[in-house]
Amino acid sequence: MASEKGIKLLDFWVSPFGQRARIALAEKGVEYEHKEENLLAEKSELLLKSNPVHKKIPVLIHDGKPVCESLIIVQYIDEVWPDKAPLLPSDPYQRAQARFWADFVDKKVFECGGRLWKLKGEEQEAAKKEMIEILQILEAQLGDKKYFGGDTFGFVDVAFVPLTSWFYSCETCANFSVEAVAPKIVLWVQRCMERESVAKTLSDPKKVYEYVRFLKKRFRIE
Amino acid sequence: MAETAKLLGTKGSPYSHRAEVALRLKEANFEFLHEDLAHKSDMLLRYNPIHKKIPVLVHGEKSIVESLIVVEYVDEAFDGYAILPSDPYERAMARFWARYIDEKVIPAFWMSCWTDGEMQKGFIAQAKETLTTLEGQLKGKKFFGGDSIGFVDLAAGMVAFWFGILQEVAGINLLNEEDYPVLCRWADDYCSIEPVKESLLDRKLLVAHFASKKEKIFATKAPVYD
Repeated sequence: MASEKGIKLLDFWVSPFGQRARIALAEKGVEYEHKEENLLAEKSELLLKSNPVHKKIPVLIHDGKPVCESLIIVQYIDEVWPDKAPLLPSDPYQRAQARFWADFVDKKVFECGGRLWKLKGEEQEAAKKEMIEILQILEAQLGDKKYFGGDTFGFVDVAFVPLTSWFYSCETCANFSVEAVAPKIVLWVQRCMERESVAKTLSDPKKVYEYVRFLKKRFRIE
Repeated sequence: MAETAKLLGTKGSPYSHRAEVALRLKEANFEFLHEDLAHKSDMLLRYNPIHKKIPVLVHGEKSIVESLIVVEYVDEAFDGYAILPSDPYERAMARFWARYIDEKVIPAFWMSCWTDGEMQKGFIAQAKETLTTLEGQLKGKKFFGGDSIGFVDLAAGMVAFWFGILQEVAGINLLNEEDYPVLCRWADDYCSIEPVKESLLDRKLLVAHFASKKEKIFATKAPVYD
C-alpha cells in the first residue's frame, strides 16, 4: 500500500462525512479514485487496513497513506493543496473561529438530527426543541453573510452543507420546518448548491429520506 | 500581538492544562484567571456564551474556546516552539490521535472510575483497549511528538497526571507500569517537562479535591474540575 501513488477516497454514498471530503477535493480540482464501501454488508479489507482504529469512512488514502475523520481530511486537503480555493482563512483567529463552528456542527447537528428521526413521543419533542435552538444559533452566526466564512466558501460551509440533505428527513419525521426557524440557512444552502462541487456531491434529500425509512425498518426489526 | 493574553481556567482541569502548557511552551505573556465553576464569572459567560466552559483564551478583544482549538490557535498566533508538526500528513495524524484521546481514551477511563458492577467491567475492557492503542503510538519515541512534546502529548496530559489520581480515588488500578510500561514512562517524562510542571497542581491537593467530590461524581458522572 505504501508505494501506491495517487488519491483514493473510501466513501459511502449517503454519508455527509464522505461528502465533506468530496466537496473539498472538488473545490481544489483534485483527481481521485472514488471507492464506494457497502456499509450494509462486510467492510472491505482496504477499509479495515486503512482505518483499523474506527473502521469507518471516509478515509482518504494519499500515496498509500491513510487520513481518517472527515474534518481532519478536509484540513489535510486544504494544507496539501493550498493554492486553489483555500478553505481555511490565513488569520489564526479566523481559523480558530472556523474550527469552532465546524466542531459545533459536528457535535450538535448530526447527533440531534439522528434523534429526531429515530425517536418518538417526548424524546423526539425534546430533540426537536434542541434542533431548533441549534439552527437558530447557526442562523445567527451566518447572519447576512454569503457563506459562514464571509464572501468565500470555506471550512464551515463544507462541514455543514452535506448535513442539510438530511433536513427533509428530520422535518418529515418530526413535523417541523427548517425554513420557518432558519430562513437564512435555507437561502445559504441554495447559494451553496450553485457551486458545482456541492451540487454534484450532495444526496437528493428524497433519496436520503428513503434511506432513513430503510434504516428505521431495520432498527425495528433488530 | 504584544498584548497580554488572559487564560480563564482552573488548575484542576486537564482541558485548561492543555491551553496553559501551550502558552508556556511559547513563553507567551499571559495572565491566568481562576474560574470558580460553581459561580461562573461574567467574563466567562461573555466570552464563551455557547458552551460556557473553560478554558477560554482572551487575546485582545477576541476569545478562543475549546481546548484543542485554543492550542492550535496558540501554535499559529505565537512564535517560537512548534506544537504541531509542519508536514500536513503528520499534522493530520496529530489531530487524529488528539481526537481519539478526547472521544475514546478519556470517556472510557472516566466511566471505568465512576461506575460499578457489569457496567464497570464493560468500561474497563474498553479503557484497556484504548490505553493499549494509545501506548502503541509511542512506538520507540520519547514523546508522541517525537523528541519533544507536541499536540498529542498536551492532549494526553490528562492521561499523564489525572488518570493516576482518578484511579486512586476510585479504587481501581488500570494504568500501571506492569500493564503499560511505555505509557507510564512517557507520563513521568511528560510531567517532568518544565512548562508542564509549572502548570500542574500539587498531586496531594488534586487527590483531596477528587476524593471530596467522589460521591457527587459517582452520582452524576459529570466532571468537577475546580
